[in-house]
Amino acid sequence: MSISALAKRWAKLHAHAAISSLGRLRRRWPGSVMTAAAIGIALALPAAFVVAMDNLDTALSGWGGAPQASVFLETTTDPGQYSAIAASIGDSDAVRAVRLITPEQALAEYRRSGGVSEPLALLDRNPLPAVVVAKLSPGLGSAAVERLAAQLRDRPAVAELRIDRDWMARLAAIIELGNRATAVVALLLGLTVVLVLFNTLRLDIENHRREIEITRLIGGTHAFIRRPFLYTGLWHGLAGGLIAGILLSVAVALIAEPAQRLATLYGSGFQPVGAGLAGTLSLITTGGLLGVGGAWLAVARHLVAIEPP
Amino acid sequence: MIRLEGVGKRYPGGNEPLRGLDVHVERGELVFITGASGAGKSTLLRLIPRLERPSRGQVLVDGANLARLPHRRIPYLRRRIGMTFQDHRLLHDRTLFDNVALPLVIEGRPHAELRRRVQAALDKVGLLAQSGAYPVTLSGGEQQRVGIARAIVTRPPILLADEPTGNLDPALSMEIMQLFRQFNQVGVTTVIASHDQPLIDALGHRQIHLSEGRAA
Repeated sequence: MSISALAKRWAKLHAHAAISSLGRLRRRWPGSVMTAAAIGIALALPAAFVVAMDNLDTALSGWGGAPQASVFLETTTDPGQYSAIAASIGDSDAVRAVRLITPEQALAEYRRSGGVSEPLALLDRNPLPAVVVAKLSPGLGSAAVERLAAQLRDRPAVAELRIDRDWMARLAAIIELGNRATAVVALLLGLTVVLVLFNTLRLDIENHRREIEITRLIGGTHAFIRRPFLYTGLWHGLAGGLIAGILLSVAVALIAEPAQRLATLYGSGFQPVGAGLAGTLSLITTGGLLGVGGAWLAVARHLVAIEPP
Repeated sequence: MIRLEGVGKRYPGGNEPLRGLDVHVERGELVFITGASGAGKSTLLRLIPRLERPSRGQVLVDGANLARLPHRRIPYLRRRIGMTFQDHRLLHDRTLFDNVALPLVIEGRPHAELRRRVQAALDKVGLLAQSGAYPVTLSGGEQQRVGIARAIVTRPPILLADEPTGNLDPALSMEIMQLFRQFNQVGVTTVIASHDQPLIDALGHRQIHLSEGRAA
């Protein structure tokens, strides 16, 4: 037999398995819908975690990401020296960018934010120091940050130094924890999907026992008998992935507005986003793969045991 | 075509239907296996498509020793052997057409060829008009004929029948036997297990009589 004839036969056998498994699903649709929904919910949960972590990441990167140091200068410093001091701080390898806030700018900002402007107005001169805000280079180790801090403190013009690395370190740890928790949840629920399909397929195989026996009797290969069950797993998994995508979109739509309001309160223009097309497609693909996986386990465990009486 | 050499079959629990059986069926021959129920007729037939394995001895089909046949080749052995059963073994949720088509579907035959062959097979057994019916609506004799149509639809070189006239009246039994004779006349090696001695005697083919697990 030629290659093309073999390919045609192979395609025909697969089409038969795919269609006949769809027919089986249609005949028992309430059960199939429930299985797909269970898979959908199990997939939607870790997917929601992933989307939440992605959104958190986006929201935080808007705040600057890398840690920064606030260098308060002595109030006795000559204002003409501010720019030169700022530039020299910026020369360090550990510093990515510097921004100078003069006492006048600081006072104006204080006035804008309100509250303390009245007591400040009572003073005859501006008590605020000049500040150099230094954005540190990303990925700086704590030893390097320590070295930089020591260098800055040694400068005569520097009165005080504040580095927000503790807060950044805590945040990074929280995100790491979130990512790890997402991975664990995804693993457990992925396993749930496989087990749900394993059980569904076990019952499906039992329901088709007679058909399997007769097919073996008249010369059906193991692959031929196995194929419709693998497709049943695939269809359930794909449908579950689709349901998960829909659930996730609905959830993001429900959360979007309050999340945006919260972000506005923090002075951020952050907008929450859903899984998107690529995310939804990968969710459906994951569902399909887990579906085939669960079906494969069930087939390996239960199908080989059925022999003609 | 079919050769059994010193074949014994012993089941766990001590039941031993075959005890050193030697049988040889020539290519194109029609042979009846006779004997009381429990004499091992069904066991003998089931050894040929390797539905059973012998406890000892050898089974050769078309020169191939079944003991040396790898597991994955068994389906291809079974495709070359059409077999009918006393209890028909039909799928009750499928139409006659789909039941008879199953061996062709397994082989991935093109749709047009499948349709043509199934119709020819159903026509041969006189059930073409009922091709859309379900097996439960048929009599025992008609179900047996569906089983025969399924067995011959792939035109296998070997045809095995286990008690094909089990619960049928003499006229219907003769009809069924005549069908097998027709297949045999076009060259199909045919082995029929039956205890209907008068009918077999009337047909006059070679008989292998089983008694106490041996060919008498």
